[in-house]
Amino acid sequence: MKTFSRLAAVSVALLGTSLLTGCWERPPVDSYQRGFRGTAMVELNNPRDVPKQLAANAVPEVVPAITDGGPPASTVYKNVQVLGGISVGEFTRTMVSLTNWVSPKEGCNYCHVAGEGFEADTLYTKVVARKMLQMTQAINVDNKAHVGATGVTCYTCHRGEHIPANVWFTPPAAKTASRMVGGDGLQNKVAKDVGLSSLPADGLTPYLSQAMEIRTAGTTALPMRGETRNLHTTKQTEWTYSLMVHMSEGLGVNCTYCHNTRSFSSWESSTPQRVTAWHGIRMSRNLNNEYMEPLTSVFPASRKGEGGDVAKVNCATCHAGAYKPLFGAQMAKDFPALISKTDAPAAPVKVVSKR
Amino acid sequence: MEYQNIFTRVQVHAPYDGVPLPKSDWWGRDGKPFFVYWFGKFGDAQVGPFYLGGFGVASILCFFIAFEIIGLNMMASVNWDPVQFVRQLFWLALEPPAPAYGLRIPPLNEGGWWLMAGFFLTMSILLWWVRMYRRARSLGMGTHVAWAFAAAIWLYLVLGFIRPVIMGNWGEAVPFGIFPHLDWTAAFSIRYGNLFYNPFHMLSIVFLYGSALLFAMHAGTILAVSRFGGEREIEQIVDRGTASERAALFWRWTMGFNASMESIHRWAWWFAVLCPLTGGIGILLTGTVVDNWYLWAVKHGVAPMYPSVYPGPVIDPALLQGAPK
Repeated sequence: MKTFSRLAAVSVALLGTSLLTGCWERPPVDSYQRGFRGTAMVELNNPRDVPKQLAANAVPEVVPAITDGGPPASTVYKNVQVLGGISVGEFTRTMVSLTNWVSPKEGCNYCHVAGEGFEADTLYTKVVARKMLQMTQAINVDNKAHVGATGVTCYTCHRGEHIPANVWFTPPAAKTASRMVGGDGLQNKVAKDVGLSSLPADGLTPYLSQAMEIRTAGTTALPMRGETRNLHTTKQTEWTYSLMVHMSEGLGVNCTYCHNTRSFSSWESSTPQRVTAWHGIRMSRNLNNEYMEPLTSVFPASRKGEGGDVAKVNCATCHAGAYKPLFGAQMAKDFPALISKTDAPAAPVKVVSKR
Repeated sequence: MEYQNIFTRVQVHAPYDGVPLPKSDWWGRDGKPFFVYWFGKFGDAQVGPFYLGGFGVASILCFFIAFEIIGLNMMASVNWDPVQFVRQLFWLALEPPAPAYGLRIPPLNEGGWWLMAGFFLTMSILLWWVRMYRRARSLGMGTHVAWAFAAAIWLYLVLGFIRPVIMGNWGEAVPFGIFPHLDWTAAFSIRYGNLFYNPFHMLSIVFLYGSALLFAMHAGTILAVSRFGGEREIEQIVDRGTASERAALFWRWTMGFNASMESIHRWAWWFAVLCPLTGGIGILLTGTVVDNWYLWAVKHGVAPMYPSVYPGPVIDPALLQGAPK
């Protein structure tokens, strides 16, 4: 009886601890070795979550390909600035697809006003969509170092929503910053975007919008003198840490997916995925500065952040918690309009109305 | 079974007569002693009298000022919302100034409060040390406890004062906060190439875990002979009985060598003191003498190189020609 009550007490204590800590997942947990033995380079995976994750990343049905699409779209429709070079059939197929991906409920009317010509740029959504098509092409053509041959489509981020579930805004300055007391140095709160840690809450603006140096660790065993001296501080490293936590959460992976944590900075002990991620950081920064920022005046205030800035992309925008967006499904290859730059030929072409 | 009890078995209630204080102790003791049964479960049941003294008053005052500066700043950082203050308490902190301020005095809200809190907390700790030293002297004791405390103060001063001054900015110091100081620790290690490769950090861990091991060995030994009165030190001095002999024999039979009643306490004291002492040296060398402990360990053959498990080398893309910045 005594043994039993002791056992019961121990079980209750263990159960209570696991409930209180709130970060306990019951076994089994699958692990996958990703580095040399003994380096703890292991990815963990809860097999009970896999069906959910697979369902969330299922690829929608593709509109069947067409063989002969007819003349270039720019000869049929007016004001086709991005997709003018592709056949009108493929153009229509692309339009139908992107409607399914971005505004399945509203259909064409999310960007086009019924009764007006398709060429009218009345709605801001159409102006945004045009820029987004250019962005998609730029991702697939200019960023092969990151997206490889898999590429992206509108669905990679949008997944049937007007606005992708994972976008970010620069948080406005805290009220306490201009007061006499309570300044927090932009950290030391429960930071939702940084894994609920107390690290700097906005680990994105400095790196995915601006271009602050991410690498802070010393590059030599001993400190250098003069110009080569590493002036990066412990505080700055906390900001790098915030960005890295975002990447980890955004991709649903551990630090060890890219790094051998005994030396985060060492490339020779890193995995090839770190190179892909390095290009991803540059790509996100470029997309935010070249494609999102210029749309700031196009978006209505309701679509902007508290500080009036435009919604921006980060790793989670495409990845949505998966190490590869849609677990690497090759969706883009079926859409020639998205995997090449399809500007209309420079020479003016005769516009023929379809209607 | 009784010697396996968690709580103290013996409670002594006796009339208080104390010992006379030296003439230099002008303050005197405060409070009339009383007994608390539950205190007696953990230690001596008698509470008070208490020697406060001038240094004690000054120390408590300084601590109160530092505590208020830190607490009110945390409270202000959540817009004086008591609910958020409680919910986020472990996340909140008083952050040191930005590194750009160097060693200058920054505006109050950008690290000035941190500097002030640090000053008063340090004063409080140093005054408490003086008090501890003087109390030991007043009782005609050695000052071992004060010097052990000084070892901890050394680590505290290295982290928050000596190293930041050498590095040239207060921003290198530790924030006052629960999780934030842990974040700082992780970031500090990453910035300086992994503190686990710092040999003084290694030593510090040896003494930390070693202290726990010694503590368990010593406490376990004494409790195990408590059925022979092994824990009753005063009686032992007069008539030791066989408790001490059995304790010594136990270890001699187990590992061929045993500590003595004196040596075990010397071991314990030095292990405990060397933990912050070596740790402080390790922190002091970080950034000042060594910039990347991992590379230092590679240079000196401490860190082995593991075989690559991926085809082809992984090369820093920033080094490739035409790479984006």
